[in-house]
Amino acid sequence: MTIREVAVEAYREALPALGASLVGGLLAGVVLGGMRADLRAVEGLLVLVPALLATRGNVYGSLGARLATGLHQGLIEPRVRAGDRRLRAAAAAALANGLVASLFAATAAFVVLSLLGTPVAGLGRLLGIALVAGFLSGITLVAVVVTVVFAGYRRGYNPDTLVGPLVTTTGDVFGVLFLLIAVRTVALVLGGV
Amino acid sequence: MATDWTVRAITRAMLPVLLLLTLVELGSGLVLGSFEATLLRYPSLLVLVPVTIGTAGNLGSVLAARLSTAFHLGTLSFAPDDETLAGNALATVALAATIFPLVGLGAWGLSALTGSTELSPWTVLAVSLSSGLSLAVLAVVVTVVATYAAYRFELDPDDVVIPVVTNTCDVLGVVLLYLAVLVLV
Repeated sequence: MTIREVAVEAYREALPALGASLVGGLLAGVVLGGMRADLRAVEGLLVLVPALLATRGNVYGSLGARLATGLHQGLIEPRVRAGDRRLRAAAAAALANGLVASLFAATAAFVVLSLLGTPVAGLGRLLGIALVAGFLSGITLVAVVVTVVFAGYRRGYNPDTLVGPLVTTTGDVFGVLFLLIAVRTVALVLGGV
Repeated sequence: MATDWTVRAITRAMLPVLLLLTLVELGSGLVLGSFEATLLRYPSLLVLVPVTIGTAGNLGSVLAARLSTAFHLGTLSFAPDDETLAGNALATVALAATIFPLVGLGAWGLSALTGSTELSPWTVLAVSLSSGLSLAVLAVVVTVVATYAAYRFELDPDDVVIPVVTNTCDVLGVVLLYLAVLVLV
């Protein structure tokens, strides 16, 4: 193939996924833009945003890739049954790792900002926000990834090509939306905002 | 080697890399924190943040996935005149040139709909396009270096290159957004 043919094929293949993540990213941006008061009130929250959003992509993208491989290899069946041990283990591991990474991000952000002498909200508040946001988006993304990968596979789509755009789009939107809910929920419990 | 489908085995394979990537992403968070006052003053720039991070990471991951596959198939050589390398690099820049104008105008339009905009659409467009195009060039460099390093150290590029490139591009996206805001706003 010539350079031009390679470029045209790569461009056509990637454009739909980038378009989907563009829509998701803009929606997430609108929610973030509406959170200016919360970002001002909880110092250090903006520093956490990229880490929390990337965790969603890293963890649930990996869950989707694992489910796609499992379906290809016949390790799991494309049906949601509570009795499927492998499916439950993969979902539980994704949720647990997502929560650990979110709590780790909150702790690391608190430590780094404190060392830099930058004003930062209390560690309890940041941990609470990371926990609530990580749990809510984790549950939602497990449900979305399992449902779409299984439904897509049963209808004859390659689950590998569904996972990337799906996780980046829904991960961004739900990530920021549940961050907003988490900030307000923790504010109800701990006071403030 | 395939990982067993148990919570323990999956966690052992995933968690160390995940925590390392979280620290990398914290770097981009600190860059955002350094111009927080500007972002909070101009909502259209704040709207740009998630979409820039997402598009940056996606551009990198698409390129990395394609180069990894070519590498596995043995159709990739690391020469500047290699068709696969040059074609994919060209496609990455073309994709950035298509997507980032929409990112900028979309961010401005949505901020105008949902609140106030102090910046002109041209400023937001210039910020988005200049950071996006320079990002595409850097994404190509990072991906080629990471794929070449995986090849030299005999690592599977699928395991290593995609997460490294995606998260590095996230950080570069924020750094370039910062630089564009510094120069243009």
